[in-house]
Amino acid sequence: MAAIVEVIDLFKDYFLEGHIPVNVLKGLNLSFDEGDFVALMGPSGSGKSTLMNILGCLDRPTAGQYLLNGGDVARMSDDRLSEIRSTYLGFIFQAYNLLPQYTVVENIELPLVYQGVRLDQKTKDRCVALAEMVGLGTRLDHRPLQLSGGQQQRVAIARSLVNDPHVILADEPTGNLDSRTSVEIMQMLRELNKAGKTIIMVTHENDIAAWARRVVRLRDGLVESDVRNDDHQPDLTAAH
Amino acid sequence: MDIFDIPPAPSPVSGGGGLGVVKIGRAVGLAVRSLWLHKLRSLLSVLGIVIGTSSVIALMAFGEGSMKDALDDIKRQGATNIVVRSVKPPDDSAAAANTRSWVAAFGLDSRDIARFQAFGKAISMMVPMRVFPSEVRYLERVHNARMVATVPEYADVNKLPIARGRFLVSDDEVNRINNCVLGSATADKLFPFEDPIGRTVFCRGDKYLVVGVAADRMPTGGTGGSLAAEDYNNDLYIPLSTCNQYIGSKVSIRSAGSRSAEQVEISQVTMTVDAEVDTAAGRATVKAIGDQIKRLLERHHEKKDWAVTIPLDRLEDAERQQERFTSLLVLIASISLLVGGIGIMNIMLATVTERTREIGIRRALGAKQKDITAQFLVEATVQTTVGGLIGVVVGLVLVFVVPIAPAGLAWMADRALLAESAAWLRTIKLPATVNVPSIFLAVGVSVGVGVLFGWYPARRAAKLDPIEALRHTA
Ligand SMILES: Nc1ncnc2c1ncn2[C@@H]1O[C@H](COP(=O)(O)OP(=O)(O)OP(=O)(O)O)[C@@H](O)[C@H]1O
Ligand SMILES: [Mg+2]
Repeated sequence: MAAIVEVIDLFKDYFLEGHIPVNVLKGLNLSFDEGDFVALMGPSGSGKSTLMNILGCLDRPTAGQYLLNGGDVARMSDDRLSEIRSTYLGFIFQAYNLLPQYTVVENIELPLVYQGVRLDQKTKDRCVALAEMVGLGTRLDHRPLQLSGGQQQRVAIARSLVNDPHVILADEPTGNLDSRTSVEIMQMLRELNKAGKTIIMVTHENDIAAWARRVVRLRDGLVESDVRNDDHQPDLTAAH
Repeated sequence: MDIFDIPPAPSPVSGGGGLGVVKIGRAVGLAVRSLWLHKLRSLLSVLGIVIGTSSVIALMAFGEGSMKDALDDIKRQGATNIVVRSVKPPDDSAAAANTRSWVAAFGLDSRDIARFQAFGKAISMMVPMRVFPSEVRYLERVHNARMVATVPEYADVNKLPIARGRFLVSDDEVNRINNCVLGSATADKLFPFEDPIGRTVFCRGDKYLVVGVAADRMPTGGTGGSLAAEDYNNDLYIPLSTCNQYIGSKVSIRSAGSRSAEQVEISQVTMTVDAEVDTAAGRATVKAIGDQIKRLLERHHEKKDWAVTIPLDRLEDAERQQERFTSLLVLIASISLLVGGIGIMNIMLATVTERTREIGIRRALGAKQKDITAQFLVEATVQTTVGGLIGVVVGLVLVFVVPIAPAGLAWMADRALLAESAAWLRTIKLPATVNVPSIFLAVGVSVGVGVLFGWYPARRAAKLDPIEALRHTA
């Protein structure tokens, strides 16, 4: 399988008070294949979110290369990065991050707004179908505050899919959910992965990481371990 | 759940985003929705704009209305006229003592008329008048009228409308006929029941046949002190030649309670200059002739016993006043729009802070800086535009309500048995003319204020770091 996401000698420094450097990522080398399902783990402060921000084109590395589908993203203009986010990437956040004033369908539609596509009946149909797929077919016109956390996260998943992204980035997608709901969300992600979606997910919990095909552990800005997980997948039926 | 059943994603447009023409409608819709969440706050923050635009609309209308009033007044007097009047010279008492006469003789005379005639065609009409207060009688009814001895052109020069019958004609003048025309008030007083035409009135010992009645007419305003307000309705017009023959060319008018008398040969000469009042050249002509007349009178009159009034000067005064008023208005409007703009900027900065997380989410989902800029710019502009439109409505309501307010208050004062205040209220006139361009200007400026003062907050929103914004907890 071809690498869809690859980072080479990736460094990220933050500067406290403008000059005191904090080295967060210290020369990361990672490559994720198309169709893979990766769990990023590591202790708090190890740089997982920092890496995810760079992978999500929300931040730029201090040094090193980030190849997305073969192209070097690290030095692109701000507008170009926005375009990449809206066309190639899907985001799922720990805090769901839906817009409270919008309905479920409007939230799902949002990435398309910024792609500049004509919002017609076809795109509307797609949003509705995605909402139905994540089990919210009866709540199309609800607002986020009228939904439970699990339901909001489903909306976020539908939203991350609407632009048919190359990669879905999820930073602690189950961090705010109880274990039962977490399992539902993980089932959903696994289904997506089976359908061919590349997923990179940050998590602190081993049983969540167990849903992934590959587990990468970071420590102090470097890769600590990198294990394939394909053999011991949890039993799907056990969750029910 | 099966992702393969989902309709395909639309193919992205390269260079998409930003604010295209098609998107503006949608952006406005979204802005209205965001603002609707905070109706009261949005309304309060555009109060400055509302006050600014409504005051522009209302003050413009009242300014225009009073200007129009002044213009109408001047037009009634004849805008290309030059009026020369006899006035009592300031050192009159001394002069009277010197000549040891009880009668003070001063003012214009027939020699002045001859001098004015030298202007030839430049003056298209010249109307001399002799004016004396006179008792007019019909049967047992008496009226203190203003007797005006003049020529037939008087009606044209003074734009005097005739209600019934006719004005004096040249036949009356040439043959010194004892015909007269009554002002409307004079006619009402003397002939409350009967038709005045064909009746004979007595005045200064002579009989005059009534041949016409003038229509009721608004008195002209007497601004500038040079021309007394004239109430034409009290007049009684007779031919000048008839007057000279029967009353004599020198008439002494004894003022009540005084032993002195005044003798004036010609009270007033009204000349119409042959010029277009709407052109600069025409105005210059009127002024030049006015100046020449003044110099002529200065040369031939020892005392300052004359006064020249050019209604056009009043027109220009009124125009200058209008200009001053307009610049004052612009100042008021600018200040309130500035305050309004700062209000908008303030509320938009607060909105940006409040919605930092929303901005982060939108950026993560692919919004470019210019998308965010456009969003907040449209929001600010929609707000100020709505404010401007509310201001226009408030202004128009003021324009229609304020002029009828004194009448309404008078009615209430009447009910409260305050007859005096009611009468006073009824004298208040508030003419208003809606200035249509001012409406468009007000709305346009409101839009401009939104763009101008929304720009900084919008740029600030756009420049937020997406990660920081996402991490922001409200
Ligand atoms: N904007 C910033 N300025 C300075 N330092 C930062 C900034 N963002 C992150 N850091 C530092 O970078 C390090 C890594 O942070 P990061 O958020 O990537 O950790 P993490 O692995 O996601 O931790 P957690 O599991 O708690 O989410 C931390 O030490 C943090 O203090
Ligand atoms: Mg983190």
